[in-house]
Amino acid sequence: MDRFVFLTFDGLSKGAVLAAFALALVLIWRAARIVNFAQGAMAVAAAYAAYTVTTATGSYWLGLLAALVGGLLLGALVERAVMRFVDHRSPLAEVIVALGLVLVVQAALGMVYGNEFRAAAAPFSRTALEVGGVPLLSRYDLFVFGAVLLVLLGLALLFTRTGVGLRMRAAAFAPEVSRLLGVNVGGMLTLGWALASAVGALAAMLVLPTELGLHPHAMDLVFVSAFTAAVVGGLDSPPGAVVGGLSVGLILSYVSGYLGSDVTPMAVLALLLVVLLVRPGGLFAATVARQA
Amino acid sequence: MSELLRVEGLTAGYGAAPVLHEVDLSVPAGTIAAVLGANGAGKTTLLRTLSGLVRPSAGRVLLDGRPLTGVPVEKLVHLGMAHVPEGRGVVAELTVEENLRLGGLWRRDRADANKALAEVYELFEPLAKRRRSAGHQLSGGERQMLALGRALVARPRLLLLDEPSLGLAPKVTAQIMALLKQLRDRTGLTVLLVEQNVRSALSVADTGVVLALGRVVAATGADRLRDDEELRHAYLGF
Amino acid sequence: MNLLRSATLLRHLALTLLAGFALYLLSLELDPFRNFQLATVAAYLCATAGLTVLTGLSGQLSLGHGALMAVGAYTVALCQNTLAEHDVTGNGVLPLSLLAGVLVTMAAGFVIGLAAARLRGPYLAGVTLAVAVAVPAATVTFDELFNSEQGLGVYVEPPPLSLGPYFPNERWQAWIALLGALLTMLLLANLVRGRFGRTLRAVRDDEVAARLSGIDVARAQVQAFVVSAAGAGLGGGLLAVLAQSVSPGAFSLTLSLFLLMAVVIGGLGSLSGAVWGALLLVALPDLAHQVSSGLVASSPAAAQRLEGNLPLLVFGLTLIVVMIAMPGGVQGLLHRVTGWARRRLPSR
Ligand SMILES: Nc1ncnc2c1ncn2[C@@H]1O[C@H](COP(=O)(O)OP(=O)(O)OP(=O)(O)O)[C@@H](O)[C@H]1O
Ligand SMILES: [Mg+2]
Repeated sequence: MDRFVFLTFDGLSKGAVLAAFALALVLIWRAARIVNFAQGAMAVAAAYAAYTVTTATGSYWLGLLAALVGGLLLGALVERAVMRFVDHRSPLAEVIVALGLVLVVQAALGMVYGNEFRAAAAPFSRTALEVGGVPLLSRYDLFVFGAVLLVLLGLALLFTRTGVGLRMRAAAFAPEVSRLLGVNVGGMLTLGWALASAVGALAAMLVLPTELGLHPHAMDLVFVSAFTAAVVGGLDSPPGAVVGGLSVGLILSYVSGYLGSDVTPMAVLALLLVVLLVRPGGLFAATVARQA
Repeated sequence: MSELLRVEGLTAGYGAAPVLHEVDLSVPAGTIAAVLGANGAGKTTLLRTLSGLVRPSAGRVLLDGRPLTGVPVEKLVHLGMAHVPEGRGVVAELTVEENLRLGGLWRRDRADANKALAEVYELFEPLAKRRRSAGHQLSGGERQMLALGRALVARPRLLLLDEPSLGLAPKVTAQIMALLKQLRDRTGLTVLLVEQNVRSALSVADTGVVLALGRVVAATGADRLRDDEELRHAYLGF
Repeated sequence: MNLLRSATLLRHLALTLLAGFALYLLSLELDPFRNFQLATVAAYLCATAGLTVLTGLSGQLSLGHGALMAVGAYTVALCQNTLAEHDVTGNGVLPLSLLAGVLVTMAAGFVIGLAAARLRGPYLAGVTLAVAVAVPAATVTFDELFNSEQGLGVYVEPPPLSLGPYFPNERWQAWIALLGALLTMLLLANLVRGRFGRTLRAVRDDEVAARLSGIDVARAQVQAFVVSAAGAGLGGGLLAVLAQSVSPGAFSLTLSLFLLMAVVIGGLGSLSGAVWGALLLVALPDLAHQVSSGLVASSPAAAQRLEGNLPLLVFGLTLIVVMIAMPGGVQGLLHRVTGWARRRLPSR
């Protein structure tokens, strides 16, 4: 029973991170109808930036800041320099170009930092605090929840309460009309990529200390899990991404706790298949079309 | 009367062959100009070229004597131009309120933007009742009001309207035409009005331009188009 | 019609025999290292040819072909080792193992294809990506069979004695791999030219229209996946034979991305493009090695990092550039150049 409780909390903490990462995928999907397969690699790149800054200054927080800013810039750069030029009529092209980006980013990281694991710093203790003799949550888990919650609230406010958010939504739904109304649609797209990439960077910063650490491939499996979470949520819906993230986090925590961590990738695959084949619309989809 | 919009030798199209051929046009400030012509004559293309959605291959557009060449689409609204596209372009996923706010977002003067929003609600009462409804929940007439209202929130000097009467009851069409007239008289709004409904367009227009196969074949006073049977027969088919 | 078909068949057969003969002569000239590279090209070619049929003709993107190659490789490894343990030897053993590898991979392809036929675009890409990540992990889960990350050695018999005592093993490997590749190309070329190819193209170009004209779209897509998996399985099996070992690290996600890159660069859907791609897969790392060994003087660690990552970088950049600037790939470019030349020449 204790183990179950522990795994549940652990799963929620993992799930919060997956939710954030899935949210980043949803952001780009909504803005550009692209699943950004390069998001994992881009997030790792931002985390390496944090690693460099933290190593140089000794401050985790400056590193986190570097990751967020780096994520913003990298997202904007990818949209401006690459994605803008992809032929959007071909559904293969966007995915393939994103995969090309994966190779480029991972290769660049490997050249600069090498292909060995590096420890990712955590700002708080990761030992679980005991409540009534049962280890539940660590300070770090609380930090993760807080950070993800902050991002969720921030994004919700941005999109529903601000002019920029309204512009971003309008630009995604009706680009031409938005331009006629004075919205800089290209700029909004860049902003969308930048935001998503920063959220992805944050998710990487939160998840890496709980895994093996920094490595150019460190987010590969996280990406697949987050993609699954986003699909569970319907790919189009931010609340769906959150619920999807939490449920995938829980399931994976139970699987790895009871069956072993090496089973996780297969569990993700199975989960993804089940969701796609049984509930093709995702659990939150307003529309049926799954033929993006 | 000073000239607000001037079009000189405008040639534009979508592929190799142009749709518009050397179109010349002049619209004085504070007047309503009707653009008439058969289906496929190039009316929509003309408006889209004016607002920069289609790039002309030759010729130029001047607003207040200032050439618009190279001005990005999204900047035109700053210069006082508003375009209500064919099929209205209400953003279906946004609410009525959000659609309207979008129309005034570019403005620095927030207070006046809010005032303009309130005025639109006054002007179109059905919209005020449906502030929170999504665009796709509106009826055709309500959508037309919304699209028109959204353009007015920007307080434009020049309004490009592409077939506002499309699919509307004659009574609603008449109301819209009356509204345009009222805006012209009260605020000095200039309107370029593309219409299939020739009679109602000419009932409010000051001047008329007839397009055929992408060329201007007649540009004259609206009353002449109304009264000159020969012209009507030749180009407008009634 | 029938006559035409058999004419194409004959032409392909003649081409294959010709290519086989030329390659045979080539293998006699090459030193062992080059022969080994030739063999590797041939092994990759089986996989890229299969993938280009899938992605180029039926429009289904697979990021899981590296994993399918792993299926073929591990099957061949297990077959070879088991047969050797039971003292089953002889000329027929290797073909049998390879066949088993192909069949098992086809079965895996069938299963993935069933799911794939119901998915499109990014969803399919996501599922196959999950496959690419899950399969290497499975070797850890079932470590008694697959021996985790260490992988398995593969028992391969030396070249037959009848070829002489000093016959270079690499040339023998090249022959085996080339035979596999030529067979693959011949079969795929005939499939692609025939009704199967037409059906796939119809499905890719307009699914609704294809359905209306009586094509069973899902069936065609599953078939495409199975055919394509056969190529991947053979390619993986051959790689296992060449390396005489298999390990999950050799069949990572990166391999899947490399295969995709190879078919994109070669020109999606073009079998000749698949040859270009396979060549590049072997040539680029070799080139990277030469570039970085030139830099070895400055810092060995840096040179090692460079060597390991330079091909990835080049592959990634090429993938992006080709996709944006010349979607037809090398083969498309050749087409354009020859077309241009043809239009030019008569006017002189
Ligand atoms: N996006 C496009 N691409 C190519 N050709 C187009 C496009 N839009 C319009 N055309 C062509 O340009 C010509 C003029 O079309 P346009 O829409 O300007 O006509 P219109 O006068 O607005 O007609 P209607 O009264 O039916 O709205 C037509 O022949 C049409 O086929
Ligand atoms: Mg029109």
